[in-house]
Amino acid sequence: MEKLVVIGNGMAGVACVEQILKHASKFDITIFGDETHVNYNRILLSSVLAGEKEMDEITINGLEWYQGNNISLRLGVRITGIDAAAKTITGDDGSITPYDKLLIATGSAPFIPPVPGVNKEGVFCFRNLDETKALLERARPGTKAVVIGGGLLGLEAARGLQVQGADVTVVHLMDRLMERQLDPVGGLYLKRMIEDLNVKVLLNKSTAEVLGNWHVEGLRFKDGETIEADLLVIAAGIRPSVELGRTAGLTINRGIVVNDYMETSDPDIFAVGECVEHNGVVYGLVAPLYEQGKVLAATITGNRGPVYAGSISAAKLKIMGVDVYSAGFFDDTVAGVECIRYEDPSMGIYKKLVLKDGCLAGVILVGDVSDSQRYTEWLKSGADLSKDRKNLLFPGSSPDKGFDIAAMPDTETICGCNGVTKGDIVSAVHTKGIQTLAQLKECTRASTGCGSCTGLCQNLLKAVVPEFEEEQKKVLCGCVPFSQENLREMVRSQQLKSVQEILDIYGNGAGCEVCKPALSYMVDMAWCGDHEEDRSARFINDRVHANIQRDGTFSVIPRMRGGVTTPAELRRIADVAEKYNVPMVKVTGSQRIDLLGVKKEDLPKIWAELGMPSGQAYTKGVRMVKTCVGTTFCRFGTQDSISTGIELERRLENLFTPHKTKMGVVGCPRNCAESTVKDIGLVGQEGSWQVVVGGAAGKSVRKADLLITVEQTEDALRSAELFFQYYREHANYLERTYDFVERLGMEKIRKDTVYAPPPVQEGLLSRLAKAKALSKDAWSERDAPSNPTQFVQIQPLETVTL
Amino acid sequence: MKWIRITETGNIPLREGRKVAVGQHEIAIFNLGDRFLAIQNQCPHGQGPLADGIISGNSVVCPLHGWKTCLESGQVQRPKDRTECVRSYPVRVEDGVVLVQIENGTGTTGEQPAERMCTA
Repeated sequence: MEKLVVIGNGMAGVACVEQILKHASKFDITIFGDETHVNYNRILLSSVLAGEKEMDEITINGLEWYQGNNISLRLGVRITGIDAAAKTITGDDGSITPYDKLLIATGSAPFIPPVPGVNKEGVFCFRNLDETKALLERARPGTKAVVIGGGLLGLEAARGLQVQGADVTVVHLMDRLMERQLDPVGGLYLKRMIEDLNVKVLLNKSTAEVLGNWHVEGLRFKDGETIEADLLVIAAGIRPSVELGRTAGLTINRGIVVNDYMETSDPDIFAVGECVEHNGVVYGLVAPLYEQGKVLAATITGNRGPVYAGSISAAKLKIMGVDVYSAGFFDDTVAGVECIRYEDPSMGIYKKLVLKDGCLAGVILVGDVSDSQRYTEWLKSGADLSKDRKNLLFPGSSPDKGFDIAAMPDTETICGCNGVTKGDIVSAVHTKGIQTLAQLKECTRASTGCGSCTGLCQNLLKAVVPEFEEEQKKVLCGCVPFSQENLREMVRSQQLKSVQEILDIYGNGAGCEVCKPALSYMVDMAWCGDHEEDRSARFINDRVHANIQRDGTFSVIPRMRGGVTTPAELRRIADVAEKYNVPMVKVTGSQRIDLLGVKKEDLPKIWAELGMPSGQAYTKGVRMVKTCVGTTFCRFGTQDSISTGIELERRLENLFTPHKTKMGVVGCPRNCAESTVKDIGLVGQEGSWQVVVGGAAGKSVRKADLLITVEQTEDALRSAELFFQYYREHANYLERTYDFVERLGMEKIRKDTVYAPPPVQEGLLSRLAKAKALSKDAWSERDAPSNPTQFVQIQPLETVTL
Repeated sequence: MKWIRITETGNIPLREGRKVAVGQHEIAIFNLGDRFLAIQNQCPHGQGPLADGIISGNSVVCPLHGWKTCLESGQVQRPKDRTECVRSYPVRVEDGVVLVQIENGTGTTGEQPAERMCTA
C-alpha cells in the first residue's frame, strides 16, 4: 500500500481525507496535527466562546473515526521539514516519516502586527481550541478586553468575550469594519449593530505599543491615545502557512501554488486549504476547502479529471442578531457596473446588489441575510437577471421555497460548515432512506454546525421525501387537527376571539380537555383583553383560582414575593388556617405557604381574610421568584437578590404563560435559591448579572442556558422580560421553557430577544406591558365572581325527602 | 319517580357543570347550550368531582385523572376498555328552572357500588 502522509489535522486536511476514503482507498494514511485535539470545526470556535456550544460539540471526527478508517493519528507533533528528494518529513519530536504521497494542509497562521509588547502575558490569538479555552478562563464580567481587528474573526471574538461579560472594545486599523467584505454604508450599519451589543468600536486606530510590565495593561495608539486592557486578542488577519512548502522546494507566491488539479510543482506533493494559492487567489473561508478537497481526492487517487475552477468568496458573520453576508465584487464606483440598494435604518437592514452585464457580480446583506442562498446561486451560475429586475431585492410573490430548492443545482453547498451539497443530501435520501432532519444530520452532518442551513435542509427534505411533511405535522389534538403554530396564525388572521368559534370552524365543534385550555391561551395571547374569556374552556383550577386536590378540595397559596413575608401576614395565615379548619399548612419548595384541603365555597372568604394576592400556584402562569438573602444580610452576597427578585415578581405576576414559569434570583454564584434550574434565573456576581433560561428541576433536570450577562440590574430585569414575553408568544401550550429553548435553540432565542433590533425588543416589551396592564389578581373575583355559582354550591329550590 | 326543581338555568354557565346535593344523591348538572344533562357527581375511578370537569361534546372529563364519561348514558368512555358507569338522571327545563328526576325507591344510592355495570 502506498503511504499517504497528511500534514495538518484541521478542517481542510481531514475533509480531503474523507473525500479520498470515498474513492476506493489504496493508501496507508498517517495524519500529523500540531494541536493535541482530534479534528474539530474551527469556524465554530466563536460559538464556543459565546457559550452556544460546548467544546466537545464541535468535534467533527472523534478518535473512533480515525481508528475505524485505519488512519494513524499523530497529535502534538509539528512537522519541521520536508525532504522532497528522500520523500520523508521530519517532526519536532525528531521522528522521520517516509511518504509516497504527501498532502500539505497546514492552513494559515495569525498575522501578529510587529508592535512592541505583543508577546506579553494576556495577549491571545483566537485561532485554536486551546486559545479559546484560555479566553474562556480569562474573560470575566468586568474584564477589559480589547480586540485588534474588525474583520470576521475579530468581531466574533469580541462578541464571544462580551457574552462572557467582558467590557469589550474592537480596535480597527481601517475606516470601517469588515472592509474586505463591506462598503462604507454596510460598514456603518454593522458598526451600529456591534455597538448595540455593548461592544465599543474604535476605527482608524493603529496600535503603536502594547503597554504593561510582564502582563498586558493597555494599548497606546499611533495618535498618542491609550486604552486600558486586561486581555488583548489579536485578530488582524491570517497568513498562509507555507514554510514547509519552501523546505520542499515547491513554487510559492502568497500560498503554495497549485494547478486546477490541486497539484503542486512536485508530482508527489499536494496541498489543500488556506495554505494554497490557486490562480493567484488564497482563500480564507470554509467553502473553498471542500471544493478543493474533492478535486484533490480525485487527482491523488488516480482519478485525475475534475478540476478546481476557483470559488466565489462568500463570507457570513456568525454573530447572533448581527446578520452580515457578503459575496463577490461590491465596488460600484468602477465603470460598467450598476448598483441596487435598499436601506431600512430603523430595522438596521441594508442590502446592495452589484450587477455587471445583467449578471450579479456581488452582494452585501446586513441585518437580513435570509436571501443569501439565492444570491450565491446567481453569483455561481452567472444567471442573466435582466428579465427579472423587479424582483432582485425582494423575490416575487409566486415562487415558493420548494420551487427554489428544485431549481438549485446539485453542486450547490447547503451546509457551509460541513461542506454538504444539495447533491449529497439528495443522494443520501435515495441511498440511505433518510426521512427526518435528525437522520440527515446523523448521516451527512448537514446543519450540525452553525445551524443556519436548518431551514434549507428542511425544505429540501420536504421537496424530496414525500413522508417528511406528515411526520413534522404535530397537531394539537384530534378535535382541531392543526399544529399549534398554525392555530396561532389562524386565530390572528381569521380574527377568532373565542374557543368555541375555533372549534366550530376548524374543529369538531366539541373540543376536549386537551385543546380547550390550549385554545384559551392562544386566544388570550392574540387578543389580550380584546375578547371575552370563556371560563368553560378552562381547567377547574383556572375557574376557581385554586389547585384541585385528590379529594376534590383545593389548596390555597398566597403570593409571597421573593419568599419574603411579615409577622402580620403569618398571623393572618395562622388565623385563617384555624378558623377554616385547614387540614394542613405546609411550606412549599417555592418559598411560600400552602393551605391544603380547603372547600371550594370557603375560597373567597379565605382570600379576603388573608388579604394577600393569588400566588397562581394552580395555573400555567407566573409562579414565584425564589430568592436568596443576597447583600441584604448574607456576608457573601454580591447583588441585592431580594429586592431584585421582588421587583421581577411584581413585574410579571398575574400573567399567564404556556406552562408554569418558575424563577429565581440569587446574589452570588453559590446559587442558594437555585436560579440555574429555574425557567428564568438571575445569577448575581461581582458587578454583573447573568440571566439564565430554560432550567428545570422537575421531571427533567436541566441546567439553564446563559441568555446574556449584563452589568445593570435594570438590564437584567429587562432581559428576563424579553425572554418571558417571547416564550409567551412563541412556545406551544404546555411547553416548558426547557423544551422551548431546546426546540428553538439559544442562538435563535438570543437573536430574537436580547440581540434583536431595538424595534423588535420594544415590540415585545410593549405587548408585555399591555398584557400586564390588563392583568389582575385572580383572587379579586372573591368580590366580583365571574358567575353567581362560581364558588357557591347550588341548593335545590325545593327540599325533598327521598 | 319525582321531578325536583333544582335551580334557575342561569346558575349553570354555558358548557360548565355544577354539583347539587339532593338527599343522598350528589348530582352534577351540565349546561350543553341546547339542553341540560345530569349524572352522578363521582367519577368511578377516584371519586373525582365530575361537575368540575371540562365538557367535551356530550361527555365530561374528570379533573383528577382524565377519565371521560358520557353525560347521556353515564358510561365511562375513556379508558376505552372500562365498563364502569355512573348513574344518569333525566333533566328538563320548565319556566327557566332546571328539574331533575330522581327515583323514589333508590334513596340509598350512596351505597351503590361505583363499579356497577352499565345497562344504558
